[in-house]
Amino acid sequence: MGSDRAHDLRIVGTSQVMVDAVSKVTGKTVFADDLQLPQMLYGKLLRSTEPHARIRKLNVSKAVAAPGVKAVITGADLPIPFGILPVSQDEHVLCPEVVRFVGDPVAAVAATSEDAAFEALNLIAVDYEPLEPIPSIDTALESDKPQLHDYADDGNIHKLINLEFGDVEEGFADAHHVREDVFFFQGNTHLAMEQHSATADWSADGRLTLWSATQTPHYVHRAVAKVLELEPSRIRVIACHNGGAFGGKSDPFSHEIAAAKLAMLTGRPVKITLTREEVFYCHRGRHPVLMWAKTGVDESGKILAMHFKTCLDGGAYGSYGVASTYYTGALQTVTYEVERYKFQGARVFTNKPPCGPKRGHGTPQPRFALEVQLDKIAEDIGVDPVDLRRNHLQPPNSVTANWLKIGTIGLGECIDAVVEGAGWKEKFKKLPFGKGVGIACSSYICGAGLPIYWNDMPQSGVQLKCDRGGGVTIFCGSIDIGQGSDSILAYITAEILGIDPIDVRVVTADTDLTPVDLGSYSSRVTLMTGNAAVQAAEKVRDIIAFHAAKKLETEPDKVRFADRSVLAADDPDQRIAFAEAVQLAEAAQGTVGSIGWYKPEKSPGRYRGAGVGPSPAYSYSAAIAAVDVDPETGIVTVPKIWIAHDIGQSINPMTVIGQVEGSVYMGLGEALMEEMVYRSNRNVVHKFPSMLEYKSPTTHEMCEIETFLVGDPDPNGPFGAKEAGQGPLLPVMPAVANAVYDAVGVRVDEVPITPEKVFKGLRSKDHRVGPKSFPDIPWPEPLCIPTPAEGGDGKALRVETAAKA
Amino acid sequence: MPKFTLNGEAREVNVPGANPLLWVLRESLGLTGTKFGCGIGQCGACTVLVDGDPVLSCLVLGRACAGKRVDTIEGMADGNGLHPLQQAFADLSAAQCGYCTPAFLLTAVVLLKENDRPSRPEIVAALSGVLCRCTGYLKIYEAVERAAAVMRGEKVTPLEEILDGI
Repeated sequence: MGSDRAHDLRIVGTSQVMVDAVSKVTGKTVFADDLQLPQMLYGKLLRSTEPHARIRKLNVSKAVAAPGVKAVITGADLPIPFGILPVSQDEHVLCPEVVRFVGDPVAAVAATSEDAAFEALNLIAVDYEPLEPIPSIDTALESDKPQLHDYADDGNIHKLINLEFGDVEEGFADAHHVREDVFFFQGNTHLAMEQHSATADWSADGRLTLWSATQTPHYVHRAVAKVLELEPSRIRVIACHNGGAFGGKSDPFSHEIAAAKLAMLTGRPVKITLTREEVFYCHRGRHPVLMWAKTGVDESGKILAMHFKTCLDGGAYGSYGVASTYYTGALQTVTYEVERYKFQGARVFTNKPPCGPKRGHGTPQPRFALEVQLDKIAEDIGVDPVDLRRNHLQPPNSVTANWLKIGTIGLGECIDAVVEGAGWKEKFKKLPFGKGVGIACSSYICGAGLPIYWNDMPQSGVQLKCDRGGGVTIFCGSIDIGQGSDSILAYITAEILGIDPIDVRVVTADTDLTPVDLGSYSSRVTLMTGNAAVQAAEKVRDIIAFHAAKKLETEPDKVRFADRSVLAADDPDQRIAFAEAVQLAEAAQGTVGSIGWYKPEKSPGRYRGAGVGPSPAYSYSAAIAAVDVDPETGIVTVPKIWIAHDIGQSINPMTVIGQVEGSVYMGLGEALMEEMVYRSNRNVVHKFPSMLEYKSPTTHEMCEIETFLVGDPDPNGPFGAKEAGQGPLLPVMPAVANAVYDAVGVRVDEVPITPEKVFKGLRSKDHRVGPKSFPDIPWPEPLCIPTPAEGGDGKALRVETAAKA
Repeated sequence: MPKFTLNGEAREVNVPGANPLLWVLRESLGLTGTKFGCGIGQCGACTVLVDGDPVLSCLVLGRACAGKRVDTIEGMADGNGLHPLQQAFADLSAAQCGYCTPAFLLTAVVLLKENDRPSRPEIVAALSGVLCRCTGYLKIYEAVERAAAVMRGEKVTPLEEILDGI
């Protein structure tokens, strides 16, 4: 898409102050917990102290009678289940019968103060009948009868996937070298600085307003309507600016719907703000994933066949899990050519907080496995790991073995940039013991090809309205979570209409006022809302140009927009103010406004499961990490990371670099320290639900970063732009792992790469730390999908045909 | 906490005895620029200045501030004129979600008061008590350096000349 009338870009591609920057640096930005409404009550959730139990009795009578308490609700008050995916509507606002993890909510209180609400929770008596908990992948696989949910694919296995794109065994037989490895990626969490918070208000006219720290107001709108059995037209969800989210605020949550119910019961506004401890229980973070990878290459390292198995520890509920499971296999094919590919994925239920999407959603784990394995293969066959990657890139404008349509690929330039920037050739295998460098690459989607619930409507819509005074308001359902999406809308609108970003008022994330945008997830916002904004702004530009042309005595297609003016391209002295041009248009045909919308093209994949992985564009990143490893202690420090990111076209390079640096930071935390760990099997309680014990990088652990932006404009992005918020996280963990090997010859085949593991690896015989094996999983019959090279049509072969073949 | 000076103004607040300063500011006084991140002194998001020193307002009782000077983000700008640190944070997008930003700004004010030319390691050490999950800290360091230069009266690269046209 992009702008069809090429002219010099004035705003796009230049560093701009974000439209809400001054509010943020003066503390004026209103976050959800900053809201105070008259007569507001405070709500609190009582959470389960058992990992798995049946609720025998729940007595709230003392709490109801406590001072200041205005309402108490339990599971019986909200019997309708919900969940982010239509296929896993398995959550209740308050558990009606069974609790499934320590932290699962069972009751909610509204009181006149937060303290009174908290005191009332202590008066609720819950009699639990403990059930056998499932703490791990292994225990989940032991039993073939369902223990958490009845709807699982097999026993406690929530989801099973088996996809085969070409005959991998044939590929392995032809290969010069084949290797198998097992990897483990520990779960970790978003740890946004802002805890979740929601405030609900039920008006006397029977309308509900819900303000929430959410990334997905549209999906919250749907869940609230479903559970409360209210007409959607009576519900208004407003997403407040998120104080960081990273995927952790993408699900509809119990506290949001409980606040709404309590507001309806009491007739007063109700606010529920979670404590930091509760945020750990809400989780929805990175899945722990056990992985098995078998890859066969020719002499040069070209991948002839890859067989990849994943097993995800999903926690207690579905959340985004089905999509997460597919994502652990979907993007292995989009960086380097993979001729034949087989993916088997499983997600199990365990009695722990539910996992979901965290920055990179399901793809950092398999990317870690792939990039570390390629490093090993490079050594096995005596090829430089840079050459192994650089020489076998997936070609641009191609279709992968698993039927993903790839557009532009700037990965080659990314690799070149970091190799030169880091001085790879002088460092790799040449540094003294204890120092090393490692390289890894990655790719990420610029928006998921399909919405979360099946529909034919746009994924993103905007409305645009011009004011007689020369201002323009753009309405869009997208939500700014700190990534700068409000600013992107303003820059694009201003660019096309020749005005300043300050002239553009951005109204976002309000289900009453703004057209639907699906939300701030899957790195979709710049591309999708950006394209919608381009379309809307161009429509308005054409309307104004038509009417201004008469005044300027020129043709509409010779009208230009710049400097808050509308001018004749051939004679720039012929100009009128933008505001005047708007007035001319309004006088002639009424209010000047437009709509714009975006829906991705259909992907060529037509098999079951083909919905996860397609995207209008793919971003690419390459990273080189330098590490210092202390052989005495095993402590790894990372002095510097060089990262190159294929952004297509920066809308604002300053904020792109901010996203890249933030991604590298978060990847560094995952590489070295961040992990969700739980106490002994019986209790399965989170070991460290605090910001001190859940280790994340402070300023002291943060490394130096040198960022290179690669511009390879993608025709599907607005002005050629691709995503920046998630992709650059992915190469960091494998680059660090590969660098540790270069430094001390220890393979840590799991993250985080803690000092204990490196210490152990240095003293073990095989200098390897990591999982030993991948469990037996009852895979279903594979779906066999011939690859494009085999002349396939994107569909799976029918079972009987597949059997013959 | 009967009387104290808040952002240069004498204030009197009647608060329950055990209320930490953070809740006094946010709930009793409606100054929501100071943020709750953990409530137990681990994240630094609630940092304010008490008698000119950075303090975790979730750990200090409101009444312990009686007779003292408390400065919050709301008092940092001079009217509509941003403090050079605020301007530099805005220019370099050192505030992404903005939640930890007030804490970093106030901590940096103290740093630059004591040291008008801090080295990078000095900045790293001074800011190490506040967590940020968005930026990776680097833009924050650069913003502090930029503000320090401005406050020393030096010229800095105009925003439009930084990273143009990538």
